[in-house]
Amino acid sequence: MALSRAMSSAATTPPSVDKVDGFSRKSVRKAKQKRSQSSSQFRSQGKPIELTPLPLLKDVPAPEQPELFLKKLQQCCTVFDFMDTLSDLKMKEYKRSTLNELVDYVTVSRGYLTEQAYPEVVKMVSYNIFRTLPPTDSNEFDPEEDEPTLEASWPHLQLVYEFFIRFLESQEFQPSIAKKYIDQKFVLQLLELFDSEDPRERDYLKTVLHRIYGKFLGLRAFIRKQINNIFLRFVYETEHFNGVAELLEILGSIINGFALPLKAEHKQFLVKVLIPLHTVRSLSLFHAQLAYCIVQFLEKDPALTEPVIRGLLKFWPKTCSQKEVMYLGELEEILDVIEPTQFVKIQEPLFKQISRCVSSPHFQVAERALYYWNNEYIMSLIEENSSVVLPIMFASLYRISKEHWNPAIVALVYNVLKAFMEMNSTLFDELTATYKSDRQREKKKEKEREELWKKLEDLELKRSLRRDGIIPT
Amino acid sequence: MQHKSKMAGADGDDSLYPIAVLIDELRNEDVQLRLNSIKKLSTIALALGVERTRTELLPFLTDTIYDEDEVLLALAEQLGNFTMLVGGPEYVHCLLPPLESLATVEETVVRDKAVESLRKISQEHSPVDLEVHFEPLVKRLASGDWFTSRTSACGLFSVCYPRVSSTVKAEIRQHFRTLCSDDTPMVRRAAASKLGEFAKVLELDYVKSDIISLFTALASDEQDSVRLLAVEACVSIATLLPQEDLETLVMPTLRQAAEDKSWRVRYMVADKFSELQKAVGPEITKNDLVPAFQNLLKDCEAEVRAAAANKVKEFCENLPEDSRETIIMTHILPCVKELVSDTNQHVKSALASVIMGLSTILGKDNTVEHLLPLFLAQLKDECPEVRLNIISNLDCVNEVIGIRQLSQSLLPAIVELAEDAKWRVRLAIIEYMPLLAGQLGVEFFDEKLNTLCMAWLIDHVYAIREAATCNLMKLVEKFGAEWAQNTIVPKVLGMANDPNYLHRMTTLFCINALSEVCGQDITTKQMLPVVLKMSNDQVANVRFNVAKSLQKIGPVLDSNALQTEVKPVLEKLDTDTDMDVKYFAQEAISGKYTTLSIFFLYEVASLGPLHLVILIHFSP
Repeated sequence: MALSRAMSSAATTPPSVDKVDGFSRKSVRKAKQKRSQSSSQFRSQGKPIELTPLPLLKDVPAPEQPELFLKKLQQCCTVFDFMDTLSDLKMKEYKRSTLNELVDYVTVSRGYLTEQAYPEVVKMVSYNIFRTLPPTDSNEFDPEEDEPTLEASWPHLQLVYEFFIRFLESQEFQPSIAKKYIDQKFVLQLLELFDSEDPRERDYLKTVLHRIYGKFLGLRAFIRKQINNIFLRFVYETEHFNGVAELLEILGSIINGFALPLKAEHKQFLVKVLIPLHTVRSLSLFHAQLAYCIVQFLEKDPALTEPVIRGLLKFWPKTCSQKEVMYLGELEEILDVIEPTQFVKIQEPLFKQISRCVSSPHFQVAERALYYWNNEYIMSLIEENSSVVLPIMFASLYRISKEHWNPAIVALVYNVLKAFMEMNSTLFDELTATYKSDRQREKKKEKEREELWKKLEDLELKRSLRRDGIIPT
Repeated sequence: MQHKSKMAGADGDDSLYPIAVLIDELRNEDVQLRLNSIKKLSTIALALGVERTRTELLPFLTDTIYDEDEVLLALAEQLGNFTMLVGGPEYVHCLLPPLESLATVEETVVRDKAVESLRKISQEHSPVDLEVHFEPLVKRLASGDWFTSRTSACGLFSVCYPRVSSTVKAEIRQHFRTLCSDDTPMVRRAAASKLGEFAKVLELDYVKSDIISLFTALASDEQDSVRLLAVEACVSIATLLPQEDLETLVMPTLRQAAEDKSWRVRYMVADKFSELQKAVGPEITKNDLVPAFQNLLKDCEAEVRAAAANKVKEFCENLPEDSRETIIMTHILPCVKELVSDTNQHVKSALASVIMGLSTILGKDNTVEHLLPLFLAQLKDECPEVRLNIISNLDCVNEVIGIRQLSQSLLPAIVELAEDAKWRVRLAIIEYMPLLAGQLGVEFFDEKLNTLCMAWLIDHVYAIREAATCNLMKLVEKFGAEWAQNTIVPKVLGMANDPNYLHRMTTLFCINALSEVCGQDITTKQMLPVVLKMSNDQVANVRFNVAKSLQKIGPVLDSNALQTEVKPVLEKLDTDTDMDVKYFAQEAISGKYTTLSIFFLYEVASLGPLHLVILIHFSP
């Protein structure tokens, strides 16, 4: 944390200078990018590790296998320091092959899962995967641009995850026994790992969590609540969490399975957690998954359309054009599934925003908004409500058709105006006729406002002078 | 709303400002206008008068609190300063309802601002009002459904606790206890971050009975983000307790934090180490903190080591005097030595920024024997930031052993930094030049560093050339005009004939900077002729900089030179074909001849036209 603060003071180079003489953020970062692997698992441990080699499971008679299985699980609880590439090479290799053997064993064997095995499996998995994640290279880590720091102990870690998933998916697996060991504390630690910078690890975690959510009914509410907390912390406290996209992906399938009518808890999650997620700086990293979740909700319960759209309008980006384009994309996805009765409820504020987007000087924003008119379903909705939509849109469209710098946008606007003309020519003519006087009326109103404030300020000034005894009361 | 305007405010003029119009402004569709109106809320309140502000404006604000966060933030801030506008402390509780709603919104900055305003106006409540109005609000927030209101409540306990009756105090303690074990980590974090503050207002007995158990629980929370906040509280709590209780009540938790499995917690301990050290006193420092500090300096995470390295000097300084030297020599210095060759550059650079400070603590002999080799090693470090940090702290060593001891190694380090590929590194070393020059003396400077300083004048980055000009001025301030005349002025003026127009401009910039420190004689006799000659330059940029320079150096010249030499040239430039040259020539001329005081002119050149008018008006 402190490091990144120190870095950021050195990294306030104005972007224009960067190209000439790079001391940009990029080059600062690259300089310390030597460490592409990281692991916080190990406090310095002096001695080399010795494991006594055990026979292969397939080489002992079936009755002895469960016992040997347990022994192997215990051996695999030993963790190695992968930051030191030279230490314990032999033993690292031994553990790797043992893990491989265990993966195969749980996949094909029958009758191995005795009750004693459950705590040992969970213990082995916990020892290996649960750890404090190492610090990121800096707080300015930009997941879009920078290479992620990979987990150094992946050669073992991957096999542990693989083993755990096979274990959870195995036909002999009994949630009623496992729930004693795979409990709330276990899940909490698992969720914390989603912050791992290593995308391979997050991918495995996604599968693990999904299986646990599927098999342990008693943990479901808890998992949802903890994900809530992670998101809220991400939105309002840190803006940093690597696994948001993965968690949303799981939620997407969870939402799909919600029973109707939706519980208040789920609606609250939508309005108080998912909608605010749109405000985060790194939205682009999980926007697709987020939009999917939102649309899932609306398909379940169309009555949620209004609060969702109002929420998006409230958080509409003011300075970030890229995000604006994403919002417009999501809005189109929502409009694709909107019910006409819902559309009517929301059309006014919605089209006021669209009219602002259409007149954005950033052509990608304007273009994205104008593409709505290529969408047949949206067009049909607009047509049905042209008497409301047209007056809102008209002034912006008319102005852009004369003023926008980008010819492609002007061309698109002409098409839209033409469409409006065909839709409702009487109204269109009326609006064209009153365009000028409307603008003048607006100007007049603007002037009145200025005068009001001027009067108020005079009053304040007079009062303070009076208070200071400069002019008599 | 219109009908209400009949209720005349105490001193508002409702014929002019019906509340409906004002509220229309607060409701405007354009966020920016709404924001502007909210920022001028006090003006609106003033227009309405105190009574209508209480009966009409505040209820309106409370009812329509759904808005953009930006507007809400402005509102939360405004309301903190509203006491007089609602009629003074007697009525201050009218502000509570809108602030209560604001304290429950999701957006953290809004909520924090609302809490800040609530804390502010809590002081304006009478003790009775505090119990009747304020404390119930805190209770409502503390038992709110959604986590946001509970987090806000955490910040309000400590402001009302000291001023309420003992029954209410007991309730407040109970609420705080509940929030410390809240279900959501967000609330526990808020409680943990206010634990120290709350402990300070509690009676000592309750600190021992209540706070310690909360502290211990939070310090072993399942989430490291909560545990690390307990470290902060640890400082305040340890300060409050008598020495004999520290060992049993605080130390077990602190020891555990220093060895926490999460690096974030250990980082926090390292970061707060000096405060902790002061809070627990010399005995515990000797027995517990010294080994803990050693461990932090050897931590497996670079982040933690860097945070600890930053504290090396402060920690050593604050060690008890009787054993300071022994502890440093036997326990701290070995770790420091290892950090000098750490694998992480941030650790080394953190160390480099404080290590020089150890010399004043250890004295001359130890510095020469033990520290000097470390300084020299860091001066040769591969990372420029490390070298810079050493150089920027040379003054500490200078006081103890004199800089000469270092000059052998210093020079190569400086030369290398001076030629670093990154212009920010070059810029940083330029900024230390005047300091170095002062410490190394004029001979050493002339012999070794002068060439460097001149080379920066033709750097390809403007910021470096600019800094180099400024550097020359500071050097002249140090070494005097005579030195300037002999060593740098000829070189600077020589550049006026350089084929590169950027270098010719540098001559002008140097003259701008140097004329005042060099004095009238050098400026008139040596610099002015060069400037005047450059008015014939082919490049327009050079010509208009001539006009600017003439304006700058004007105050240093005598009136004869101004009349006979400067004036004709400026008049010639005023007829230049280039628009910009004309403009600056006119600027210079108008600056020169409209007022009598030439010194004023010089000042005026950097001010706007309005100031100019004022100056003309007032000059004799």
